[in-house]
Amino acid sequence: MQNEKLKESEGMMRQAVSRRRFLNYAGLSASALVIAASCQKGPNDQFNNDSLLDPESVRSQGGGQDGGKAVVNLGSGDIGILNYAYALEQLEAAFYIQVISTPYGGISDKEMEYLTDIRDHEIAHREFFRNVLGNRRIGGIIVDFSGIDFSSRASVLGTAKAFEDLGVSAYNGAGELIERPDYLLFAGKIVSVEARHAAAIRDMISYGSFADSTVVNSMGLDVSRTPPEVLAIADAFISTKILFQNLPTS
Amino acid sequence: MNLINIIEEIEKTDPEVYQRFDGRREALKKFSSFSGKVALAAIPLGLASMFKRSYGQTGTALVIDVLNFALTLEYLESEFYIQGLSSGVIAAVDVPAFQTISMHETAHVNFLISTINALGGTPVAKPSFDFTAGNGSMAGPFANVFTNYGTYLAVSQTFEDTGVRAYKGQAANLISNNAVLRAALRIHSVEGRHAAHVREIRRRNGLLVPAGVLLQPWITLNESGIASPLVQPSYNGEELTTQGGVNIVGINGFNITAEDASEAFDEPLTKAQVLTIVDPFII
Repeated sequence: MQNEKLKESEGMMRQAVSRRRFLNYAGLSASALVIAASCQKGPNDQFNNDSLLDPESVRSQGGGQDGGKAVVNLGSGDIGILNYAYALEQLEAAFYIQVISTPYGGISDKEMEYLTDIRDHEIAHREFFRNVLGNRRIGGIIVDFSGIDFSSRASVLGTAKAFEDLGVSAYNGAGELIERPDYLLFAGKIVSVEARHAAAIRDMISYGSFADSTVVNSMGLDVSRTPPEVLAIADAFISTKILFQNLPTS
Repeated sequence: MNLINIIEEIEKTDPEVYQRFDGRREALKKFSSFSGKVALAAIPLGLASMFKRSYGQTGTALVIDVLNFALTLEYLESEFYIQGLSSGVIAAVDVPAFQTISMHETAHVNFLISTINALGGTPVAKPSFDFTAGNGSMAGPFANVFTNYGTYLAVSQTFEDTGVRAYKGQAANLISNNAVLRAALRIHSVEGRHAAHVREIRRRNGLLVPAGVLLQPWITLNESGIASPLVQPSYNGEELTTQGGVNIVGINGFNITAEDASEAFDEPLTKAQVLTIVDPFII
């Protein structure tokens, strides 16, 4: 039991480290880091100002405004989790679309081939969720890639690695929040492809780092994160305010 | 302790509670005969076993069954990498990667054994293996698996891609147990990372794969990139391009090909399909 706890805290430390690394890769300023850190206080601290918003009306309109900032509410239950996945896939697809339209200098044919495939996979995921959700979907989220240098291989691949590892941890943590077995299977079909992406990107950066100890712990388990944890990290790349307080927590 | 109150509390979340005990009258009768017969201190324990019969057994028994199925596959993988590393078949440049993979598979074996024990189940014993796929003859279609690196990589890729599909096929059977489902998903994505890397090794070793094969970390259609037709059942079904009734090809006007659509989603295999696939490797 003592060992288990120790391992768990080790895992948390590792996640904290990899999060720092994530922010480094993104080339974020110290002030952006403070903003990201302040978002970790918890949903109540974070969204005090939004308590007057009616989630239903926000959702039915696919979004809203909060002091000039676009707002989406993911909603509740399985639909909330699907919207959560839809938001993350929007982020990933937008990133790779930009990567392919403005490739970094000296990109190899093989890198172009892999990154183009990954872009198409993320678009397929995004559009799949869009269609499954129908009129219950959130609107398009607005991304903020100002911290990414798309002309730099290190910045692009570092961000890609962070996004893919984050995506894997997000699906791993969301599975248990899903009620419907068919939705759980969709998540399962996608998460292993995200894991393949993560391994491919990691091998591009440092061959052999596909499943290193920053993502796989001593029990052979990959990272798992709750939606608030994931959204706090993704927040650095998303302008839209994403309300998640109606999501299931168990 | 008011047992009737407890039952009524349960009824709020599970309206079918009485049916599970053959009706309300029967349920109450069972409870009262229960409390009449045993000392008060023993009631919580007895209650637990009573509920286990009505609720837990199917759920927990199914979860243990799934975990033992997973354990069998992890034994297979773990042993395959231990033997591979000691055989000398692995190229020096790839030894660290296979050490990592081997460490994970052995960790999965240990994790599954302790989880099965914690749930009150009995972990299955480690089978004997024939990695030539000869069912014990040790001279099957992959007779040179520990002397020919190309064969070794092909079998490794098949095991990893099959492992991903096997865990995926069991996710719904673990939906009743959040902790176990989460752990299984965390193993599942590690297998996905392994599969991607083994495919990348094969991509970088053109001489070790059939002519014209250009592997990628993801699975295109139902292509194995492996010469032996024996592995085809591990890839059949991966060519699926519709998901939940949604056609992914050309979805919403985007240029998504059948290849892209099949790559973007990995497909599950049933337990029966997986056991058929691994049968030649298990004596």
